[in-house]
Amino acid sequence: MGLLDQKLAQGGIVISKLEDLLNWARLSSMWPMGFGTACCAIEFMSAQSTPYDMDRLGMIPRASPRQSDVMIVAGTVTFKMADRVRRLYEQMAEPRYVVSMGSCSNCGGPYWEHGYHVVKGVDRIIPVDVYVPGCPPRPEALIGGLIKLQDKVRSESIIAPKAVEKLLKEKP
Amino acid sequence: MTAIEIKTLIDESLPQAVIQVVEDASPQGLELEPHFLVETMLFLHSHPQLYFDSLSCITGMDNGAELEELEVIYNLYSLPNDIHLMTKVKLEKKNPVVDSLTGIWRTADWHEREVYDLFGIHFNQHPDLRRILLPADWEGHPLRKDYKEQSYYRGIEVKY
Repeated sequence: MGLLDQKLAQGGIVISKLEDLLNWARLSSMWPMGFGTACCAIEFMSAQSTPYDMDRLGMIPRASPRQSDVMIVAGTVTFKMADRVRRLYEQMAEPRYVVSMGSCSNCGGPYWEHGYHVVKGVDRIIPVDVYVPGCPPRPEALIGGLIKLQDKVRSESIIAPKAVEKLLKEKP
Repeated sequence: MTAIEIKTLIDESLPQAVIQVVEDASPQGLELEPHFLVETMLFLHSHPQLYFDSLSCITGMDNGAELEELEVIYNLYSLPNDIHLMTKVKLEKKNPVVDSLTGIWRTADWHEREVYDLFGIHFNQHPDLRRILLPADWEGHPLRKDYKEQSYYRGIEVKY
């Protein structure tokens, strides 16, 4: 911000690329959906609390998928929950991003062998941008994952947006 | 009051109801005849010396491939007399059917639904016998020893 202040002082004009401006706006206000499926949600809540302060990254949890940019899949996704997760993802407006938080949503976690009721990785139902390992990951790890996601958004281009990359590939 | 004393009480009015006293359990329990289950439970529920007014838990159990039988275990507690009692019934695995106890204890409703969901034991006269934990279109009953998970659920692969 310091740099921006200095530039604004010099006549109030900042010259930038449209792409950079859009990406900057996007990555500076990524609103996650306030939604958790298991114990990882506790760490997700902790990441929003004062000591970790997710707000400093411009992240305020939203109560509606329509207003959210990021879905943090915090916890075990059961088959019963899978349809709901997919529907919530579909209700989000593009560009939308998914952070898979914790071992359960990465690959099934401790339920990988005998958990008949657990989806072995949320990437089987929705596309995932960043995987955060841990069981559960500490808030630092989640924030690390979100910063990774910001890096990903920073390198996006209007011509071939990352969010719809998969969809573009699928088309014949 | 011990399980043996309770058995003597039951035998006075329902001589065929108790099959045996289960002594290697803690608390000691009674194995009951499934056909007289509701009568026996009503007796345990209403007898002034027993008055089992609380059904603490219902558990299902699969006794394995050799025995080919399923068990339903009822844990009873009497608040006024402070007595714990375990009772159980053994059922054939091919056709596991037992009468519902929802008429005596309303709490049996969800407990029996859970046993039905995970073991496939059918409860007669249950008001609403549906799956309670798993989705309605799930195949099989997962806590049975011979359970094989389905390969796909609504297009999602189940195996790792």
